[in-house]
Amino acid sequence: MSTIVLGHADPHHLGGLHAADHAGPASKRIVTGYGFWIFLLSDIVMFSCFFAAYAVLSGQTADGPKGSELFDLRSVAAETGCLLLSSFTCGLASIAADVREKTLFQLAMALTCALGLAFLSLEVREFASLVARGAGPTRSAFLSAFFTLVGCHGLHVSAGVLWLLTMMAQVIAKGFRADIQRRLLCFALFWHALDIIWVALFSVVYLLGAGQ
Amino acid sequence: MFGKLSWSAIPIDQPIPMITSGVVALVILSVLAWVVLAGHLPYLWREWITSVDHKRIGVMYTLLALVMLLRGFADALMMRGQQAVAFQAQGYLPPEHYNQIFSAHGTIMIFFVAMPFVIGLMNLVVPLQLGVRDVAFPTLNSVGFWLTATGALLVNISLVVGEFARTGWLPYPPLSELTYSPGVGVDYYLWSLQISGIGTLVAGINLVTTVLKLRTKGMNYLRMPMFCWTTLASNLLIVAAFPILTATLAMLILDRYFGFHFFTNEAGGNVMMFMNLIWAWGHPEVYILVLPAFGIFSEVVSTFSGKPLFGYRSMVLATMAICVISFMVWLHHFFTMGAGPNVNAIFGIASMIIAVPTGVKIYNWLFTMYLGRVRFTTPMLWAIGFMVTFLIGGLTGVLVAVPPADFLLHNSLFLVAHFHNVIIGGVLFGAFAGYTYWFSKAFGFRLHEGLGKAAFWCWLIGFYVAFMPLYAVGLLGMTRRMQHYDVPEWRPWLLVAAVGALIIFAGIVFQILQLVVSIRHRVELRDRTGDPWDGRSLEWATASPPPVFNFAVTPVVSGADAYWAMKVRARRDGASDQSPDYKDIEMPRNSPTGFVCAFFATVMGFALIWHIWWMVAAGMVGAFATFVVFAWRDHDEYVIPAADVARIDQVNVDARRALMSGAV
Repeated sequence: MSTIVLGHADPHHLGGLHAADHAGPASKRIVTGYGFWIFLLSDIVMFSCFFAAYAVLSGQTADGPKGSELFDLRSVAAETGCLLLSSFTCGLASIAADVREKTLFQLAMALTCALGLAFLSLEVREFASLVARGAGPTRSAFLSAFFTLVGCHGLHVSAGVLWLLTMMAQVIAKGFRADIQRRLLCFALFWHALDIIWVALFSVVYLLGAGQ
Repeated sequence: MFGKLSWSAIPIDQPIPMITSGVVALVILSVLAWVVLAGHLPYLWREWITSVDHKRIGVMYTLLALVMLLRGFADALMMRGQQAVAFQAQGYLPPEHYNQIFSAHGTIMIFFVAMPFVIGLMNLVVPLQLGVRDVAFPTLNSVGFWLTATGALLVNISLVVGEFARTGWLPYPPLSELTYSPGVGVDYYLWSLQISGIGTLVAGINLVTTVLKLRTKGMNYLRMPMFCWTTLASNLLIVAAFPILTATLAMLILDRYFGFHFFTNEAGGNVMMFMNLIWAWGHPEVYILVLPAFGIFSEVVSTFSGKPLFGYRSMVLATMAICVISFMVWLHHFFTMGAGPNVNAIFGIASMIIAVPTGVKIYNWLFTMYLGRVRFTTPMLWAIGFMVTFLIGGLTGVLVAVPPADFLLHNSLFLVAHFHNVIIGGVLFGAFAGYTYWFSKAFGFRLHEGLGKAAFWCWLIGFYVAFMPLYAVGLLGMTRRMQHYDVPEWRPWLLVAAVGALIIFAGIVFQILQLVVSIRHRVELRDRTGDPWDGRSLEWATASPPPVFNFAVTPVVSGADAYWAMKVRARRDGASDQSPDYKDIEMPRNSPTGFVCAFFATVMGFALIWHIWWMVAAGMVGAFATFVVFAWRDHDEYVIPAADVARIDQVNVDARRALMSGAV
């Protein structure tokens, strides 16, 4: 009887299909982390365009140098080591933040920063040596795509380092407040995502390129 | 010191841009003077510019869209006028000016009319429909709006300082490369789109998170109003597609500024890669615009037919199917590229398949009206006008999705007629329907119905008179973007099209009149109940305009059409006399972050366009400083005490009790 009286209240009879009702808005930590995940996905879409452009243009050397003549895999291995290790120290910082251990947190963040900077300096050195050998981004479409893809990742790491320093300062000034913790969560996600992109970059650009 | 910028950048010898910008500057200055002299500035700053309230931001988005519609339509009138007179003659617009006008028309209409219009309506309505107090990221929401406004500002600055792109609304290389477009026109295009694109991405992330993570208790996915579903689909597309636009334009920027070779003719660059990338964004963009319009029509048709939406689940499925398939059809924009018959066939078939879920939707709306008690209000007229018009546009779309037919129609006015048919008939009619439908919710009074209907009929008739001739003249072989022509058979059609543009102009005049008259008669048009249309979803459950916290007590939902169910229950059981259990409410504090960010973005964008490098650096430092200052704030929320909530809510409760016990 009640269904007839209610009329259009549940026109599609969906109420009975779902035993559990939605519990209401999620907590701030979940909303923030979720939103940041969505941003990271969009960032990965952007990277995928640069990857696609690189794949299309990687053979277009315009009679200039190929990847196998340019890439120094030892230096790239060192870069990879720095970045992967920095993800580990970033993980330590997250644990330290969870247990509100200030000294450990600052130490782990400082290590992350140092490793990030080491990565960046290796990358800058690589770029500078390429330009010095006449293999700058204007030389060929292949090199344009290479510098853009790798440089975009490098810019992300630089932005990450700036963010990292801001977070260290915020923890010093304000401690592990709930909003600071949410930002630390986002920062950690960002830093790890850069690792994932680097793994793809290392494989597609350097390993495949060195073999050609 | 000022890069490429010098006094010669101002086109003093060209009367049209100079007079136009003079008039616009005069209007802006007099509005500013009035605001300052009448003492409204503190109010505007406090209540609007720094507001992080989703309703206010939604209203500002919509206002931006309406103002830019005037600019974009002025361009359209000039083009129709030019083609009406430029038969075996030069007309009144020189080619380089005409080329800027059609480029600006497309850019403005898509990025600064259609986009802010739909994002504005989503912002205004979706949190209310979900029964929550705000979007997921209120301050970012404000940043997104102001960055969009920055983009619009830069495009309009190009009218006075320098020039705009002459490449069409998508800057195809190699024409858009430095070799062939050495001026700043393309740079204006690139930077205004990069900046507003970030704003759009922010809005997309915000709305996706809002729909997925902020729903009131009991608001299961399959109980959400259809507009929330289409919002979700549209914003998922924004998140997935706008980064492609950003990356593609970044590559063009690198080509133009640093001599890279992504899309150049030499050193291995690949022009067709630009077409692929830009349309991998461009086609989903079409659905980013039209899906929210589909949602609006679903709400409008259901409300004014007095019935729940027919085939709700098939509608959800169709929406999500369009969301996915829209990424698989981009190549139909350049069948003539020569990708080969197999590739063309696959994309042709995919393009026809995407018409299927759209057809499902049309049937659902028709069956919602079937046996309903249809009320022919202005929003409903827009909806019916849409169904007929969009159907024709969809059919011609299926036509051009056939590769052999497309080889004949590519870049002809037939194509121009087709996409105006779906964008005006779909997106714009939808936005106007939403504008009239939700206006009372935003401002507390309704829009004048008679003038609204007059505007509708002018738009509808004007549309057919303006664009049906373009189908014909396209079949006669006329290509798009012609500054003048010599074929006598085309002339009569173009004269008719110009008349059509004038009829649409009358429609716009009626819309302006409608707004003015409604504001003057706001007391008679006042909506005291918060539910002027006998609505079905939760936005009608609160006052018009809603208090800053939307709902004094957040509603609990137990089925689809939540507010309708509440009304049915209240009529059956009688209104409860019990006063609700009010609690303190935490709301986000206003913040000038968005406005300050946009200020620095404007400075930086302008400096980048004109190669003023010190100013670029200053803008960047400013933007980073804003970010740090924003991150440093200690109190980002304030509390509204329960007693205040009760006092504010009392008016709404009384009005609703009167409604329940009285007339109905």
